[in-house]
Amino acid sequence: MKIKRFPGGLHPPEHKSTAARAIEPCSLPDELVIPLAQHIGAPAEPCVVIGDTVAKGQVIAQPRGFVSVPIHASSSGVVTAVEPRLHPMGRPLPAIVIKPDGRDAWPDGLEGGMNPLLVDPLTLPPSRLRDMVRNAGVVGLGGATFPTHVKLSPPGGKKINTLILNGVECEPYLTADHRLMLEEPERILAGIDILRRILGVERVCIGIEENKPDAIAVMRDACAQRDIEVIALKVMYPQGAEKQLIFAVTGRQTPSGGLPMDVGVVVQNVGTAAAVADAIIHGRPLVERIATITGPALVEPKNLRIRIGTSLRHLVAECGGLREEVVKVIMGGPMMGHTQLSLDVPAIRGTSGLLLLDKNAVATRSEGPCIRCARCVSVCPARLLPTTISAYARRDMIAEAERFNALDCIECGCCAYTCPARIPLVQSIRQVKGAILAKRRLS
Amino acid sequence: MLEAILSLGGVGFCAALALGFAAQKFAVEVDAREAAILEVLPGANCGACGFPGCGGYARAVASGAVAPELCPPGGPETVARIARIIGVAAIAVDPQVAVVICQGDQQRATEKYRYLGISDCRAAQKLADGPKTCPGGCLGLGTCAAICPFGAITMTDQHLAVIDRDKCVGCRKCVEPCPRQVIKMTPRSVSVHVLCNSHDKGALVRRYCQVGCIACQLCKKAAPEAYVIEDFLARVDYRHAVKPTAGVEVAIDKCPTHCIRDDNPPPAPVPDEKPAPQAA
Ligand code: SF4
Ligand code: SF4
Ligand code: SF4
Repeated sequence: MKIKRFPGGLHPPEHKSTAARAIEPCSLPDELVIPLAQHIGAPAEPCVVIGDTVAKGQVIAQPRGFVSVPIHASSSGVVTAVEPRLHPMGRPLPAIVIKPDGRDAWPDGLEGGMNPLLVDPLTLPPSRLRDMVRNAGVVGLGGATFPTHVKLSPPGGKKINTLILNGVECEPYLTADHRLMLEEPERILAGIDILRRILGVERVCIGIEENKPDAIAVMRDACAQRDIEVIALKVMYPQGAEKQLIFAVTGRQTPSGGLPMDVGVVVQNVGTAAAVADAIIHGRPLVERIATITGPALVEPKNLRIRIGTSLRHLVAECGGLREEVVKVIMGGPMMGHTQLSLDVPAIRGTSGLLLLDKNAVATRSEGPCIRCARCVSVCPARLLPTTISAYARRDMIAEAERFNALDCIECGCCAYTCPARIPLVQSIRQVKGAILAKRRLS
Repeated sequence: MLEAILSLGGVGFCAALALGFAAQKFAVEVDAREAAILEVLPGANCGACGFPGCGGYARAVASGAVAPELCPPGGPETVARIARIIGVAAIAVDPQVAVVICQGDQQRATEKYRYLGISDCRAAQKLADGPKTCPGGCLGLGTCAAICPFGAITMTDQHLAVIDRDKCVGCRKCVEPCPRQVIKMTPRSVSVHVLCNSHDKGALVRRYCQVGCIACQLCKKAAPEAYVIEDFLARVDYRHAVKPTAGVEVAIDKCPTHCIRDDNPPPAPVPDEKPAPQAA
């Protein structure tokens, strides 16, 4: 059978040196800084004040609006501050600071969760399950952090018939989802059952890239009794992007400006499925996640189970500290992650990894003129003309950029990665996307 | 030969008739005043008036929809001429000039990170609020310089935007695009400015900029009428600074961080120097 894939894309060096390292727990830090903005949508509203004692898993901030989720304390302790702190987005943003008491205790002496469910979750109505997902603060853990309950509430008229689980992990360096599939497939499957019940879908597929044959085998094994397809995909970045994954798995093309639900599909990350299972079966909110802490500047790269709010400095220390001077710190993968200003920034729900690069891994050549090689055109998975859009963007020709479908750019970075002239194509396209949206808001 | 002349001539004649008819039938009435106004406008088509080009503005003024003093490049002279054409009394406009109120170039102000992206201040500002540590300082990537229709803004090689007050016509086009709002419109009659845009406290400013305002109050003590200090930042009080008695310039030498500058210095005295040695 032909190995499935999407058009365009590229295959950067994988650097997945942590693939063989089992997930380890991370020690409790001295301080947890839990930002109120950790998801796409309105930031949460704090409901604790300085001096409050909180239990692990207790709600410390309430959602504002539908596209928003609550935030929970990731360990027990005392609230020491509610103030702006440096956020992974590069500016100080409101956060709740907790000094852990070291007991790491759930409320009322419960173990490993808040209120374990006593009935079979699959007998509950979908709306109840959806509320439970929301109350547990579950967001897309692939890195986009879109509130999961919103994705699970397709507007009336949109018929969903396929659920795709994203186990692609196409970003170089990252191995968190890989380890999760190897070590805890039952959590993922329990989550899939619940997601399936909520959406009422027939077909369920798990997409995994071929470079993880062990994960494919484990998941195939685990799915043997269930009606779930495990699909091996060609190793190709950005296979994990929603529209690309949908195309690779189902052959359906999401229309320009459309959403996955327009082609009857909902995509969820495997980590999100596991978080859904925790939320429903154990009543355990999203207070921790698995992240790959790696990079050439680090002594001992690891896959860690981290509490939300742990500082990057603590994570680095947990991995044996730095081997040499770190030149660039990236939260997430190297292709789509966010460069950090400092290690004194908390890990948040979207922190799929932490990458510490030394001077050899960071190229800082400056840009040259476009040589019209069209490499950016051939790798663009959205089938755009990056060089043309970028040229318009840099001349403030907003209407022309819009005509060339700048808004369809998924900001995967393939074009800029491949450009021999080192032109910051994505940055200029992102800039003009902002300008197009601003213009639309005005008119 | 003859038929060629006749047929071409015939075609030409018919076309002339049609054109003549069309010119009569579809004639656009051009207001004589509109044409006259267009004549006195500078023709820069810069858009500072808020209309698409000088033509649009001329039409709007002729129709009485807007006032005659919206053309900053034209200055008071143009206003007076337009006022004469449409028969109203000219209102004295205070000519303005744009000033970049920052001197913190690459050498004098620190950076949070090394920026390698596109030369566009707006794009840089989106990345962790811009590479400069100071939240208000000029990013020096030249967005304003690219926009200025009069070539009045130049970038120093230390990455700071500087506006030439002789070339600036006060069209304001650079003000809004600057993501740091560091370009301010000031009355042309005052040439002394406090060149800092940081509202941080003095101790913090000192940490990231050698030429930032630390709100030490010395300028205000030297010329109480001419300066105001608000939210840890001094600025010239342009309403009073125009008065010769305000003494706005006496504070220049008092500022410990040298962030007050006179943009209109008297011609420097000829330096007392030996003549350059002749080439042998
Ligand atoms: S134009 Fe956008 S979608 Fe296409 S390769 Fe570049 S970043 Fe990716
Ligand atoms: S890859 Fe770079 S050099 Fe090649 S066509 Fe695209 S923009 Fe131009
Ligand atoms: S004044 Fe503003 S737009 Fe001009 S270079 Fe400085 S930051 Fe950029």
